[in-house]
Amino acid sequence: MEQNYEKSLKRLEEIVALLEEGGQPLEKTLELFSEGTALISACGKYLDDAEQKITKLLDNGEKDAQ
Amino acid sequence: MITPTPTVYSVNELNAYVKRILDNDENLKHIFVTGEISNYKAHYSGHLYMTIKDESASVKAVMFAGNASRLRFRPENGMKVLIFGTVSLFPRDGSYQLYISDMQPDGMGALSVAFEQLKKKLAAEGLFSDSYKKPIPKFPTRIGVITSETGAAVQDIFNVLSRRFPSAEVVLRPSQVQGDGAAQDIAKAIYLFNEYNAADVLIVGRGGGSIEDLWAFNEEIVARAVFASEIPVISAVGHETDYTICDFVADLRAPTPSAAAELAVPDRLELKSELLSYKQHILNLTKNKLDKERSKLLAIEKSGALRDPVTKLNENRRELLYLSERITNLTVSAVDGNKMKYAALAGKLDALSPLGVISRGYALAERHGKVVTKVKDISVNDEISVRLSDGTLKAKVIGIEED
Repeated sequence: MEQNYEKSLKRLEEIVALLEEGGQPLEKTLELFSEGTALISACGKYLDDAEQKITKLLDNGEKDAQ
Repeated sequence: MITPTPTVYSVNELNAYVKRILDNDENLKHIFVTGEISNYKAHYSGHLYMTIKDESASVKAVMFAGNASRLRFRPENGMKVLIFGTVSLFPRDGSYQLYISDMQPDGMGALSVAFEQLKKKLAAEGLFSDSYKKPIPKFPTRIGVITSETGAAVQDIFNVLSRRFPSAEVVLRPSQVQGDGAAQDIAKAIYLFNEYNAADVLIVGRGGGSIEDLWAFNEEIVARAVFASEIPVISAVGHETDYTICDFVADLRAPTPSAAAELAVPDRLELKSELLSYKQHILNLTKNKLDKERSKLLAIEKSGALRDPVTKLNENRRELLYLSERITNLTVSAVDGNKMKYAALAGKLDALSPLGVISRGYALAERHGKVVTKVKDISVNDEISVRLSDGTLKAKVIGIEED
C-alpha cells in the first residue's frame, strides 16, 4: 500500500470518472463500486494505522532506528 | 671641534634603516586604512596585490595567501574597503606598502557583499532558474532531514511530520549547521542522501540565528550540492525574513523549518476527508445508476414493454390452447374420418366375406374343415357341416343330385 497511495488515488479518480460517465452496464457499475470502496478503505487504513518511523542515515548508507 | 665623518649608507642599508623605523612604530603595527582598490591582482599563489587609493594619493598593498583565504568576499577594482594591517617597507623597491591582514568592504558588511557576489555568480550560471526546480512529491514515503540533531528545528520538523503524515518514514542525517566545516557537512549529507537514494524529498535547514550563524547556507559548496541533488530539496533556514543562497537554489523555499515539514507532506486529515468525499461520491453515483436502472424498468413495465413477456406468455398460452383444440379437433375428425373409411372398407370386406353371403341366406358346406364346392367330392352317407348365418348343421348326406 505505502508505495501505492498515489496510484490508488489515481485509480479512484478513474473509477469516479467512469461512474460519472454512467455508460457502464449495471454489473460493471457494481464492480467499480466495490473496487472503489475497497481502495478507499485500504487508503484510510494506510493513513490511520501508521506510527511514524524515524531512522538515522549513516555515512555508509545504512539506517539506524532512532 | 670634531667634524663627525658622515655615515655613508648603501641602498640596502638605507632601506633596512627606514624599514626598521617603520616596523618599530607602534601606530604602523596595527593600522586601519580606508581606500579604493585598484590594480587588483590575484596571484596564482594565493597572494593578492593591489593599490589602495583615494582622490589624491595611492599606496601599494599586499595580502598574503594565508590571510586572503579567510576573506569571505572577492575584492574588486573600484571597491571601497576598510583595511586592517601593518605598514612596512619592501626593500627591493624601496617603497613602503600596506600588508593587509584583514579587509572588509567599506559601508557594507563583508558577508553581505559575499552574499551578493555569490548570488550574482550563481544566478548568472542559472542555478536559481525555475526550469531546474523539481516538483515536490505529493505523497513521499521517506522524508530526509538534514539539520542539527540538537537544535529546536529538528523537533519542530518531527512534530509537524508526525501530526500531518505519520505514514511516511523520517530519515535524519544529523549535520553541523554553523561554524567551521558546517557547509562541508551539509553538502556531504545532501550527497549521501542522493548516493543511497535514501529519501523522496529533503528538508535542509536550521533555526534562526545571526547572519554568521546562518552563513553555512550561503556557502557555494552547499549551493552546488543542493543544485546537484536529484532528490527535491526544501530549504528552511532561519526565520521568515532570512534569505540564504541555499533558499534560492533549493526547489522550494520554506520560511521556517516547521513550514518546510508542512510543505513536505500532505495533511492526513485532509486526505481522510478527501477519501470520505470520494466514498460519498462513488456511493451517490452508484445509487444514481441503480435508481436510473430501476426507473427504466418501471418505465418499461408501464409502457407495456415489460409486460410483454407475460402478455406474450398469455398469447402463447391462448395460441397453444387454440392449437391444442385444433389438434384435438383435427385428431377427432381424423379418427372419425378413419372410422368412416373403416366402415366403408369393412362393408366391402363384408360383401366379399362368405359370412356375408351366408347372412344373405346362402349356406357353406364343409367336410373335415374344408369347404365343399362340388357334389362329386361328396358321397352318400358322408358327414358334412353346413354353416348358416347363426350356426352349423351337422348333417349326413342321404342322396346326391348332380346339376
